[in-house]
Amino acid sequence: MSKITSLADLNKRREEMKTGLDIRTKALDPERIVQVKVSMATCGIASGAKTIMEFFLEHLDRRNVSAVVTQTGCMGYCYAEPTIEVKLPGQYPVVFGYVDLKRADQIIEKYIKTGELVDGIIPVNYQIIDLKE
Amino acid sequence: MSKYSMHLLVCGGTGCHAAESDAIVCNLRDELEAKVLTDKVQVIKTGCFGFCEKGPIVKVMPDNTFYVQVKPEDTQTIIDEHIIKGRKVTRLLFKDPSTKEAVSDSKHMDFYKKQMRIALRNCGFINPENIDEYIARDGYQALGKVLTEMTPDQVIREIKESGQRGRGGGGFSTGLKWELAKKSVSDEKYVVCNADEGDPGAFMDRSVLEGDPHSVLEAMAICGYCIGSSTGLIYIRAEYPLAIQRLKIAINQARENGLLGNNIFGTNFSFDISLKYGAGAFVCGEETALIHSMEGLRGEPTIKPPFPAESGYLGKPTNVNNVETFASIPAIILKGAKWYSSIGTEKSKGTKVFALAGKINNVGLIEVPMGTTLREVIFEIGGGIKNGKKFKGVQTGGPSGGCLTEKHLDTPIDFDNLIAAGSMMGSGAMIVLDEDDCMVSMAKFFLDFTVEESCGKCAPCRIGNKRLHELLGQICEGKGKIQDLDRLKNMSVVIKDTSLCGLGQSSPNPVLSMMENFRDEYLAHVTDKKCPAGQCKSLMKYIINAENCVGCTACARVCPVNAITGERKEVHLINQEICIKCGACYEKCKFDAIYIS
Amino acid sequence: METVKLTIDNKEIEVPRGTTILKAAKELGIEIPTLCYMDLHDLNIENKPGGCRICVAEVQGRRNLAPTCSTKCEPGMVVKTHTARVLNARRTVMEFILSDHPKDCLICPKSGTCELQDMAHRLGIREIPGQEFAEMSTYRQDTSPSIIRELNKCIMCRRCEMMCNDVQTVGALSAFNRGFTAAVGPAFEQNLEYSSCTYCGQCVAVCPTGALTEVNHVPQVLKALNDPTKTVVVQTAPAVRAALGEEFGMEPGTLVTGKMTAALRALGFDYVFDTDFAADLTIMEEGTELLDRLSRHLKGDKSARIPILTSCCPGWVNFFEYYYPDMKDVPSTAKSPQQMFGAVAKSYFAEKIGINRKDMVVVSIMPCLAKKYECQRDEFSVDGNPDVDYSISTRELAAFIRQANIDIRNLHDEDFDSPLGESTGAGVIFGATGGVIEAACRTAYEIFTGKKLDRLDFTELRGMEGVRSATLDFNGTPIKIGIAHGLGNARKLLDDVKHGRSEFTAIEVMACPGGCIGGGGQPLHHGDSEIIKARAAAIYTEDRKKPLRKSHENPFIIKLYEEYLGKPGSEKSHHLLHTHYFDRKDKILVKK
Repeated sequence: MSKITSLADLNKRREEMKTGLDIRTKALDPERIVQVKVSMATCGIASGAKTIMEFFLEHLDRRNVSAVVTQTGCMGYCYAEPTIEVKLPGQYPVVFGYVDLKRADQIIEKYIKTGELVDGIIPVNYQIIDLKE
Repeated sequence: MSKYSMHLLVCGGTGCHAAESDAIVCNLRDELEAKVLTDKVQVIKTGCFGFCEKGPIVKVMPDNTFYVQVKPEDTQTIIDEHIIKGRKVTRLLFKDPSTKEAVSDSKHMDFYKKQMRIALRNCGFINPENIDEYIARDGYQALGKVLTEMTPDQVIREIKESGQRGRGGGGFSTGLKWELAKKSVSDEKYVVCNADEGDPGAFMDRSVLEGDPHSVLEAMAICGYCIGSSTGLIYIRAEYPLAIQRLKIAINQARENGLLGNNIFGTNFSFDISLKYGAGAFVCGEETALIHSMEGLRGEPTIKPPFPAESGYLGKPTNVNNVETFASIPAIILKGAKWYSSIGTEKSKGTKVFALAGKINNVGLIEVPMGTTLREVIFEIGGGIKNGKKFKGVQTGGPSGGCLTEKHLDTPIDFDNLIAAGSMMGSGAMIVLDEDDCMVSMAKFFLDFTVEESCGKCAPCRIGNKRLHELLGQICEGKGKIQDLDRLKNMSVVIKDTSLCGLGQSSPNPVLSMMENFRDEYLAHVTDKKCPAGQCKSLMKYIINAENCVGCTACARVCPVNAITGERKEVHLINQEICIKCGACYEKCKFDAIYIS
Repeated sequence: METVKLTIDNKEIEVPRGTTILKAAKELGIEIPTLCYMDLHDLNIENKPGGCRICVAEVQGRRNLAPTCSTKCEPGMVVKTHTARVLNARRTVMEFILSDHPKDCLICPKSGTCELQDMAHRLGIREIPGQEFAEMSTYRQDTSPSIIRELNKCIMCRRCEMMCNDVQTVGALSAFNRGFTAAVGPAFEQNLEYSSCTYCGQCVAVCPTGALTEVNHVPQVLKALNDPTKTVVVQTAPAVRAALGEEFGMEPGTLVTGKMTAALRALGFDYVFDTDFAADLTIMEEGTELLDRLSRHLKGDKSARIPILTSCCPGWVNFFEYYYPDMKDVPSTAKSPQQMFGAVAKSYFAEKIGINRKDMVVVSIMPCLAKKYECQRDEFSVDGNPDVDYSISTRELAAFIRQANIDIRNLHDEDFDSPLGESTGAGVIFGATGGVIEAACRTAYEIFTGKKLDRLDFTELRGMEGVRSATLDFNGTPIKIGIAHGLGNARKLLDDVKHGRSEFTAIEVMACPGGCIGGGGQPLHHGDSEIIKARAAAIYTEDRKKPLRKSHENPFIIKLYEEYLGKPGSEKSHHLLHTHYFDRKDKILVKK
């Protein structure tokens, strides 16, 4: 381990180490970054959701997109698996179906980076009731 | 660089540690290895999450899933269900005590919603044994900034303007304290961190040291730079082995990285820190006693002045601050005095860590802005009173503080308001009492502690507290007289007025405030010889209701002292002379025939 | 000098900065009561832990009452010493203290001289509320050869601790336990016997209550006096006559030599002798040893160690046996006057009057508690029969005199018996710090130079400074003298010797501040150092009045050598009058 002898050294070390904490720091305030939820129920996994999740994890990072990728349960669109939900900061979540690697790439490049919608959007067909309201 | 997609944070604070959190870490790692997930999921042992009531805690990041009371055997389920299948394990989720519903995400837990974490910013978030995680969270940036961009005077001005007051109990301005130590001229000065947390039920300092030791080291170095000291000492009680271990690791890592030692950040400032162990005496939290203890002398206070800032450790100027005070310093430097002073009330700035204990649902550690009301702390963050009982009072400031009641619930908590209400901030322990607590017994209970912890140097504290304790004992046993209440008050006032140090000057506070706020209850004890809360055994009687008694003999058989007589199928009788009030008969009776009078 | 103005009880006063409220009030004639506080200002000894809280007063603007003994005056301070709040607090605190103190005043050895009793009387305490259910702290009693510790009566004033640690640097006593069970004693609550205690008795001298008292040997003495088969011989140390009068209401510094002699005779002692005789003898032996070592040293003999240290103080002997055993060949081998007296009485004098030493009982009256231990040392007995049988303190003698219905104030002066009662002024001044070395110099000078001294008062050796030094001119040979009283001061000189930094030819050490006149067995000074100074003055007065003031001129000493011993340093002298020291470093036990 090299000694830190200046503020520049410290900053360098901080930047190096930051990514290690990314998963946690992003979770502190997920509303401000891109959230990707991959539906990972039996049907999703059977349709290749795991590969998709890994793709997102790797490529968002590689393409310098600050995002949090989590898995979630069945969204109910079993016909369209793998399905993912993408929520851009300040916007309503959008669900994409039939996500393969090509579409995943498009989602990152177009929707996430520029906000341009891509094929495969599944219209939200239900509302979650809030028991408290 | 890590390609982990998930972090499993396992609480490694003392509470969870004791509840086998180490085994949980091991099992999780084994399980991940078996499922070939070690490169995907990282398990990190962290400092305290604060939610000790429901420990051990496992938090899944990035989705903030908060598993409580996890047992080592639950790890397989967590991996199989949550990690592999993406399904949260509902039975391990926290259940909201009011709605009884599982809360999936810590962001939606009342316990965390109202909190604002400055001193605890890294606790339960980073691995305290890894300096890189601290650095990644802007660690040592404040020290770097101070050393390369600021003069000691500028730093002190910043701290003064932040309005921070010492978190150890005294509430003295941190900046002013540093300024006094800086002004003292000496070849040698010392920075001392007071980690002799001694209040029963208080564990905020321990949690900071266990969860984020570097924040304290960094702040001590900043203080050293300001006052002109190159030596830091942490006085920590030997009963905190985990905190000691983590501090040792942290100090070594900081040295290895050149963040302690000679010429820090390439400047001519040098600073190093060593540990001094205390034997766990409460009075050693008082700074002069602490210094004597560090010098190898009996841990006894001496009269101030001289203050440690003039003559402290080994007769040299010494600045003593508490752990929590130090832990907030880097944040103040980086975010500025303005930011810090925007939090809190007019005269009490920033946040305060409290340890919630007693009859409250969410026992644990919380950090809230000054000015938060007791109601918010107890009923929102703390989840209200256990078992739906009625709130009776809250003892703030530990055994040196006072007991606040219903009428104080909406008082914004800060140093001055608490004193005005007859209590004090102390180090931040809050012990919540419910309707079952007897206020005479409670006052006696707190005195148990001060009697035990008095150093014995001055007469009022050494003997007076003992006499106060004895008189409360008499009252609990129904031997009190009405005049005794005046004697209680007089003794309390004199002990406060004449004691040498803060221990004796505050030890009668529980008695005074409880007598003031629950006068009727005290009167009931001395005039009616009754304990309304039903806690004072000498004042209660178990009586058999002849109408309900069927003569089953169950009570007579269970009585350990044969105080119950009666033939089979005939009404039984309890001999009050023999009865020891153990309550065994009461528990045993199936016919509700025994009642307490 | 910078001064501050303040108001105490509506009276204005200006005092030097740093003055305490207590002292400022005293100047105004306001006597604030104190209990734990003690100030021996000439000796630079002050005890103010701020522990008893009796001396509290109200200071305007302060939240709590201030202990006046340790609160310094500040400009503009407004102090009230007898408001209702102060008086109530003081009374309540006193009730607390008394509630944890045995009420056996009637039979307490401190009865009548107890400062706690006096304070209870002064504050007019008539009842102790809650006493009926008040738990009392209890400790086991500890009896050592010299000192009894009755810690049930300890009020934690910490004076003994301060004396033992700060003044004497003996370190035998410190506070143990905490809270209600706190008291002062040796580490691990050991018995004093297994500690590094030197029995100097300074703890006893300052204890305000009956917690620390001396072992009482009066009953044994009474028994011996009533045993017709025993010849009972008494010796009285020089410091006793300068203090005994205080026990009978006389002014400090009143010399009662003649009355004391008469009282001792009235008590029934067969021979009333004077330790001063043995002091003269000590000078002969010690002085000879000094001159011998010095001349060998001057001739370049490396085995002749310089400086020579005096050895008449048993507390001091204990101290170096514990702390400097590697230097046990440095002090003079001469026994103390008490033991020289015993040895001569039970040999020379016993033979002279034709009795067996077993039928003689030697009693010493000493200002000292360490003497009790000294006379019990194995090396000071012959076949189990000690040279000195009992040593009683000045205080014990006073009690004995009172018990025997003797009105000492109205007794006519009487003289000591001969031959062991005859002494010179040199023997008398043994009682004050600097006295032994002054006495030695008077003799050594004349022997060394062969000339007569024209000036006998070596005033440069006198005084109350803790460490003093003077260079005397022995006809061209400079003799550097060092003097220390109080073991802490002795430690300083001893460390110099140990590290080869000492320039002295001879060093006198007395364990007690002021010398024997401030001994642990003397009437209690209750913190008044004027009393110690008055006793010293009395000693020097007695010296001045003596026709003979040099030990070697004492005709009975000359006779003793002629008839019995031969010459100083002879084989017989060595056998009877010299001793050896022990390494007792490891005797400080930690015993379960």
